[in-house]
Amino acid sequence: MNYDQILNQKIQDIKPSGIRKFFDILEEMTDAISLGIGEPDFVTPWHIRDAGILSLERGHTKYTSNAGMLQLRREIANYMNRRFDLQYDYTSQILVTVGGSEAIDLSLRVLLEPGDEVIVPVPSFVCYGPLTTMAGGVPVYVELKAENEFRLTPEELRAAITPKTKALVLPFPCNPTGGVMERRDLEGIAEVLRDTDIMILSDEIYAELTYGQRHVSPANLTELYDRTVVVNGFSKSHAMTGWRMGYVCAPKPIIGAMVKLHQFGIMSAPTTSQYAAVEAVRNGDRDIQHMREEYDRRRRYLVDNLNRIGLSCFEPKGAFYVFPSIQSTGLTSDVFCERFLREERVAVIPGSAFGPGGEGYVRICYASSMKDIAEAIRRMDNFLVKLREEQGRG
Amino acid sequence: MEELLELLEQDCTLSTEQLASAVGMSAEKAEETIKELEDQRVILGYQAVIDWSQIRKDSVTALIEVKVTPQSISGFDRIAERIYQYDEVESMYLMSGAFDLAVIVTGDNLRAVAQFVGERLSTIEGVTSVATHFILRKYKEKHLVLRPQEPEEREYIFT
Repeated sequence: MNYDQILNQKIQDIKPSGIRKFFDILEEMTDAISLGIGEPDFVTPWHIRDAGILSLERGHTKYTSNAGMLQLRREIANYMNRRFDLQYDYTSQILVTVGGSEAIDLSLRVLLEPGDEVIVPVPSFVCYGPLTTMAGGVPVYVELKAENEFRLTPEELRAAITPKTKALVLPFPCNPTGGVMERRDLEGIAEVLRDTDIMILSDEIYAELTYGQRHVSPANLTELYDRTVVVNGFSKSHAMTGWRMGYVCAPKPIIGAMVKLHQFGIMSAPTTSQYAAVEAVRNGDRDIQHMREEYDRRRRYLVDNLNRIGLSCFEPKGAFYVFPSIQSTGLTSDVFCERFLREERVAVIPGSAFGPGGEGYVRICYASSMKDIAEAIRRMDNFLVKLREEQGRG
Repeated sequence: MEELLELLEQDCTLSTEQLASAVGMSAEKAEETIKELEDQRVILGYQAVIDWSQIRKDSVTALIEVKVTPQSISGFDRIAERIYQYDEVESMYLMSGAFDLAVIVTGDNLRAVAQFVGERLSTIEGVTSVATHFILRKYKEKHLVLRPQEPEEREYIFT
């Protein structure tokens, strides 16, 4: 069988991520420090795990309703109102998904017709482009600038819009840059989108990890509410990555379409995880606060020290990443990261992995212990000194 | 300041510079604050948390319930002092309820603890009764779980 002729052409055209080779090297090193993986280093709080266990003990092992347990959707509606001042009707405007990723996939698939364009700001998480392509759409990348703290400006957006534009992805707080969009930034976006039918896919999975200010969703702006699909989940806020619990809040017709697709492709999100999520959203606000405070300390420490050792970086206001420029070293981000891993045994991710616009930067994840972060800084300092000597600039 | 203390409590091996930038103060300010807290005996010391059961196989810890007759002037404090000054006493608390003082004692072996209780503790003036409970196994100490690291599957995914 010639599978190249059998497999869908679009999936064949999607290149596997270049990051794999780093992870292959990393997996062989036993003493390496990894600041590469974008995942909380916390274990899910015990009361949440316990609620999952209790549901199993009580024999809750069947499907739930397609859109997710009613009590979970009700709690999510309360939570969105309580934490973000967003109002959604839990019977018709919320769908519980298998992680935020499924929600992103569904959103694109229910919106896109063949050839529709989706504006994707980059550098950003890698899924938006491939999922757009598989849904028949065409990703249009907009390179965000460090001098704008990696926010999307109205001018950049305006320049990317064509008659075929169907949707705009707003991945904020942003992986990998740590950039956020504040209310006035979103007002600029609203201005550009007025009189268009362009939808916003707002990936707010890091919303709870916003430092020194409150997260603002595009749906908080009255004029954007009807065109915004909010994707969120429990992975980052409650350290629940492995439970695969996400959700999406949107206008009723959109959720209706997504539920149709979800019921055929998934049926319903995992039942045990939904029970755990009910506990998380009912009694987990203190956990969120505790973890955010921890991340915040590491963030301040990392930013201070990167600037001290000569890697300039703007202060990230969200997520758990810093995105320093490595342009002063003269290396590409790929070479920088591979050498740093081989020579100093610390893994960070090249910015180029996050699409055009990421070259010249590296992503450092601070969801790791202070000790590891401190040691990584020490090794980074060594590495930079060595590079400067090598290049005769010592 | 509380944030500084929380961080120190988690890991007192962090340098002053590390602590300072994590809580967003200058290194000088952090150093000064720590010094003050030490002087005020808010920070009592800096110690490692050790699972001695792996090293000293015979060592034992006991929780001893002590009932005492309080003295008219100094109440429980005077008698508490007589007890806690022994090196064997690791921690000690005044309790509400059925007994008065909870005394945590560690010894090289069972006999050493028994000897301490029988010959020293129970003979102190004012001590009316003791009940010794030996600790069979420590599960958690100072928020740290005492168990060997489970081998974890090391599979990295790109997120």
